[in-house]
Amino acid sequence: MKRLFVVLALLVAQPSLAVTPDEILDDPELEARARDISKGLRCLVCRNENIDESNAELAADLRVLVRERLLEGDSNDEVLDYVVGRYGEYVLLKPTTQGANLILWIAGPAMLLLAAGGGLAYVRRRGQAPDAGATVLSAEEEARLKDILDD
Amino acid sequence: MIVELGHFALVLAALVACVQMIVPMVGAARRWPGWMAVAGPAATVQFLLVAASFAALTYAFVTSDFSLRLVVLNSHTAKPMLYKVSGVWGNHEGSMLLWVLILALFGACAAWFGGNLRPSLRARVLAVQAAVSVAFYGFILFTSNPFLRLATPPMNGEDLNPLLQDPGLAFHPPFLYLGYVGLSMAFSFAIAALIEGRVDAAWGRWVRPWTLAAWLFLTIGIGLGSWWAYYELGWGGFWFWDPVENASFMPWLLAAALLHSAIVVEKREALKSWTILLAIMAFGFSLIGTFLVRSGVITSVHAFANDPERGVYILMILAVFMGGALTLFAARASAMQAKGVFAMVSRESALVANNVLLAVSAFVVFVGTIWPLVAELALGRKLSVGAPFFDAAFTPFMVALAAILPVGAMLPWKRGHLGRAMQPLWGALALSVAGGALVWVMQTGGSMLAPVGLTLATWVTLGALVDLWSRGGRGDIGSRLRRLRNLPGGDWGKTIAHIGLAVTLFGIAGLTAWESEDIRVAQIGERFEHAGYEIELRDVSQVPGPNYVSTMATMAVYKNGREVAVLLPEKRVYPVAQMPTSEAGIDNGVFRDVYLVIGDAQSDGGFAVRTYIKPFANWIWAGCIIMGIGGLFSLSDRRYRIAAGARRRQAPAGGVPAE
Repeated sequence: MKRLFVVLALLVAQPSLAVTPDEILDDPELEARARDISKGLRCLVCRNENIDESNAELAADLRVLVRERLLEGDSNDEVLDYVVGRYGEYVLLKPTTQGANLILWIAGPAMLLLAAGGGLAYVRRRGQAPDAGATVLSAEEEARLKDILDD
Repeated sequence: MIVELGHFALVLAALVACVQMIVPMVGAARRWPGWMAVAGPAATVQFLLVAASFAALTYAFVTSDFSLRLVVLNSHTAKPMLYKVSGVWGNHEGSMLLWVLILALFGACAAWFGGNLRPSLRARVLAVQAAVSVAFYGFILFTSNPFLRLATPPMNGEDLNPLLQDPGLAFHPPFLYLGYVGLSMAFSFAIAALIEGRVDAAWGRWVRPWTLAAWLFLTIGIGLGSWWAYYELGWGGFWFWDPVENASFMPWLLAAALLHSAIVVEKREALKSWTILLAIMAFGFSLIGTFLVRSGVITSVHAFANDPERGVYILMILAVFMGGALTLFAARASAMQAKGVFAMVSRESALVANNVLLAVSAFVVFVGTIWPLVAELALGRKLSVGAPFFDAAFTPFMVALAAILPVGAMLPWKRGHLGRAMQPLWGALALSVAGGALVWVMQTGGSMLAPVGLTLATWVTLGALVDLWSRGGRGDIGSRLRRLRNLPGGDWGKTIAHIGLAVTLFGIAGLTAWESEDIRVAQIGERFEHAGYEIELRDVSQVPGPNYVSTMATMAVYKNGREVAVLLPEKRVYPVAQMPTSEAGIDNGVFRDVYLVIGDAQSDGGFAVRTYIKPFANWIWAGCIIMGIGGLFSLSDRRYRIAAGARRRQAPAGGVPAE
């Protein structure tokens, strides 16, 4: 049985590691920029992984592409533009703020303002409301209390 | 035979749930005690039937009954016993059976421990709970039946996804489901209260332990999942903002908010309609999570058994329950009169701020999660929303939350004074800021993440301790300690859970800011240096496992010339499932993990080796455990067990006095 597994195991494609040693650039500064850019690019065939972490072959191709562009002297933005130009905005893990995407970016702060406003209004109302929880003494009770205290 | 009995028991459970949904509800409306009393026994019977059904499926997995379709698809005779059992819920159908089992369990618990509830409320809660169950029984029986047989059983199964064959993940789904489904109790209480048109302090007191339990299980479940990702996925990431992770995180955030707002209902009879809405939304997000995971509308690492038909069914469940609940809410919410009055500066206001931050942060996660779907359907734009978005959009909320937490926790109810609340905290604040500044100076440049994280974590921890200490009152240390020991479980729970949050925050900040990485080709026998450690690749060998083959490296870690650890990172290949996995070699430590990954053999005879130093990684999960312990302390508070019923009998007309 174990031998069968060994045979079967050889049939399965061996995955490569995410960033492999031969991809790494000699210039540490450029390499650091490449890693930074890679973390914001999506591996197109994976489910929710950036190309820096992915084991897929396509991700490796993209990593090499990013490094090639950097060696050509592109700035980070130029590299991103180049990749987006080839693969569409789907590769960007951090969506742009263009067009309707503005809604995505503004949704949080806008909701916070709304919620904070609502919360503030509620708190102010609570501060001015008559205290239904506290027992207010009626005039009769007040008189009786006075009687007791006087005695 | 046993499998058929299990199938039969499931159908019977669905019928019992139908009875439990209708009879007590009618009884409560008509005030017929006999009809209302059906709820309790029905809940018990329903639970026993589902339990029997679940046991039957487990039996089929354990005995590798390959006449069952589900077993063939998800099991193999060579699989270790633990994973044969966990294989029961490691797939869509089985996990739905676990889901209804837990639904029934919570219903039964409400029946067993709800003796001091008003009979009408108890009947309605159990009826609503049964209604949720009925929906899911229908889902299982009509779209995802785990008990389907095969006409010609194969010789062996197709094995469970190897990534799921791991102890951390074996228990990750049950905890998560206990959390998701636990929120159904809060939902049932909310709907029952809306039908009754009555929410009072006692209601808050009944709802809180259920929410607390759900939140506790979610915390443990999410923690387990994140820990698993850390050691299993091969580069030590712990959170990916994956749609399915978000699906569990949104209910956690809302449960945390609900936990805090229910305190205001319980102690001050305010925030009632908001709390009801939150209870509805928290369970709603559990359902949305289920929808996201199982419908396949959003691709994710976790999504299993994607099937549009199932997606439509879950969407219908979601629409019926959320639509119904929100309509009921709109009709009845105005009847929830707040009683407690409080000033702008008060504990109540602080808890409102807590709720604003938690709820809006959950909203941000929600928008980010569904935005790709919206953009594609409405705008025809295919785009991604990944970790960089969430890091930027979500983190500020947690920073704000941690910043106000200690002050809010110190403020008195009704009316407070900021200066007075801050007085005992100035020392803590100064110390925290000094610590953060020190780190900032020491790391010379780099991100603000670590200094801010450390400042906040210290601030929250010291604040929690100062708060607890101040509860001891005045006097000598002995009497203070005695008073502290006698404090209710809830006070201890609050302190411990807040410290847990601080520990997790610190772990996340420390790990993200200070981790370091080294990628290289190492020859066997080679020794290399990284971040103060020396690593030696001693040997690489092929090792057969029970249902996999492993390429195992033996690597020694040295510090200052002394051997610290020998680690065995592996690359496994599961031939039946045709999948490789990597098992990192990790030397766990309080201040750092040494994390080694072995890669491919290179043409020159060496191996690709990755070395990571992960500072404070374990603090992330230690914090989750501490939060869980805090939750347990709060649950043990005896007020939740006896006081609610006892006080109700003493003072039937009035509310519970504010404390």
